[in-house]
Amino acid sequence: MEDAKVNNKTGQTTLVALTGNEAVATAMRQINPDVVAAYPITPQTSLMQKFADFAAAGLVDTEIILVESEHSAMSACVGSAAAGVRTMTATSANGLALMWEIVYIAASSRLPIVMPVVNRALSGPINIHCDHSDTMGCRDSSWIQIYSENSQEAYDNTIQAIRIAEHANVLLPVMVTLDGFIISHSIESVHVYEDAKVKEFIGEYKPHNPLLDLNNPVTFGPLDLYDYYFEHKRQQSEAMKNSKRVIEDIGRLFGQTFGTVYDLIETYRLEDADECIVVLGSTAGTAKEVVDALRGQGRKVGLLKIRVFRPFPETEIIDALRGVKVVGVLDRSEGFSAVGGPVYQEIRAALCARHDISIVNYIYGLGGRDIGIADITKVFDELSAIRKAEKPITSRVDYVGVRE
Amino acid sequence: MADMTEIRWHGRGGQGVVTASKVVAEAALSAGKYIQAFPEYGPERMGAPIRSFTRIGEKPIRIHSQVTNPGIVVVLDPTLLGVVDLIEGLPDNGIFLMNTPKAPREIRTALNYSKGRVFTVNATQIALDKFGRNIPNTPMVGALVKASGVIALGHVIEDFKNRYAGKFKKEIVEGNIQAIETAYNEVTGE
Repeated sequence: MEDAKVNNKTGQTTLVALTGNEAVATAMRQINPDVVAAYPITPQTSLMQKFADFAAAGLVDTEIILVESEHSAMSACVGSAAAGVRTMTATSANGLALMWEIVYIAASSRLPIVMPVVNRALSGPINIHCDHSDTMGCRDSSWIQIYSENSQEAYDNTIQAIRIAEHANVLLPVMVTLDGFIISHSIESVHVYEDAKVKEFIGEYKPHNPLLDLNNPVTFGPLDLYDYYFEHKRQQSEAMKNSKRVIEDIGRLFGQTFGTVYDLIETYRLEDADECIVVLGSTAGTAKEVVDALRGQGRKVGLLKIRVFRPFPETEIIDALRGVKVVGVLDRSEGFSAVGGPVYQEIRAALCARHDISIVNYIYGLGGRDIGIADITKVFDELSAIRKAEKPITSRVDYVGVRE
Repeated sequence: MADMTEIRWHGRGGQGVVTASKVVAEAALSAGKYIQAFPEYGPERMGAPIRSFTRIGEKPIRIHSQVTNPGIVVVLDPTLLGVVDLIEGLPDNGIFLMNTPKAPREIRTALNYSKGRVFTVNATQIALDKFGRNIPNTPMVGALVKASGVIALGHVIEDFKNRYAGKFKKEIVEGNIQAIETAYNEVTGE
């Protein structure tokens, strides 16, 4: 930030008051991508507006491409990334849905595009508020997905995403998500690091097989039938597997540089917990308050926050939940599988070998419906009742905060 | 969360409700506190009742739910009295502050808020006198500072100067600072 005081010893500024969108736009200013192609959609709009301000003020060298839709935005990103330059965009909900076709092509073409997604409920009915139906919908698109709890994490994750995406063992695009309005439009205290430190951390971009390297011609997007398509998919799945280690390494390096270590998951007071809530995004913060309050009453409760949902950190989750007896998985999207939300399904699959654990699902917060201390306390109370066999499990999938 | 203050701001679109919640949060941040400030987003139209929120804490603020039991309620528009439930969730030891020429006792009766403290200040008049526009947000910040003690007046004025001197004309910034100080001195409560 131009007006923030820099502490040169730690490479950190003093705390700055920023919305989540401003924090991510600030990360983008420091990343200084070569190309940004974007189309406005609430609640992403103020993010790109802030970044456009930076560009107008000459604080970045980015070529901003104004397009006529998100489909075009992602198409322009594919072209730019294939050409061999650092490329970013951002979107929300219906914008992501309109990109859909090209979202898959970006990943299949192994283009390290970084895209903040400001989570918003997919229509219809029309709703501008937060849930995870947009990003959960493309969990199988081969994009890495990193969920942020607050503005600080959204900022930090955006910086790390560049290095993750561009790593030679990965070369996959990365979505960094932040909860619409709850984080994107909420002012919080954010540590903004020194520009030079961020620049040094992400390093200079060295494109892999750029289209414009005329001495080494390559083809992007050719017809690929039963002769090689499968091999290309096989490589893609290997890249996603590789990314786990890379995300861990970069999270550690980030900690060494800026002070906060990031991992695939975050556990909170889970060591001796009997009951645990699994959650991602901003609700993790509220749930930590509940865990502290219940711990104060002597209850053995804990929290598992999934930071990286793709790749899915299965072994880490199995390990973290080793001693836990009842798990409540909170899903901020429905999934409409008729057997529970997407996070729940993954957790159940991960724990399928455990016969000594009960796993239940709570769908919450659709379309921005508030989830508060009382709601999360009630979930913990139910988990406790299940453990003590006071409450039989009548339904594995339940809803929090809805009028029935 | 005993070491956290939650403020709910009421007003109408165009009165600077969101800015008020932000100005207080920014000043608190400058004073070394942790902060959150967020408006309630719905249909946005000039004149519609809107709400905004500020959280100020001694420790990092992790909660991300709406503010349901604010310790302090600040009302920028007196015509909201009887239109929206202004004391919803306000505890018995809460602070209620309203922009109105009326006395605190009269507002207390109208609200049927028997416990807690009630403050009033004629912020509209102060805004018109000091910077010539009916935007009562900055005087209400000054009155809040006096009524709640949640942050020092000096911090608010210094932070306001630092943050807005480059963005607005000198006389606008000066007028707003005078409005903050005047409301700070004129607010009355019981």
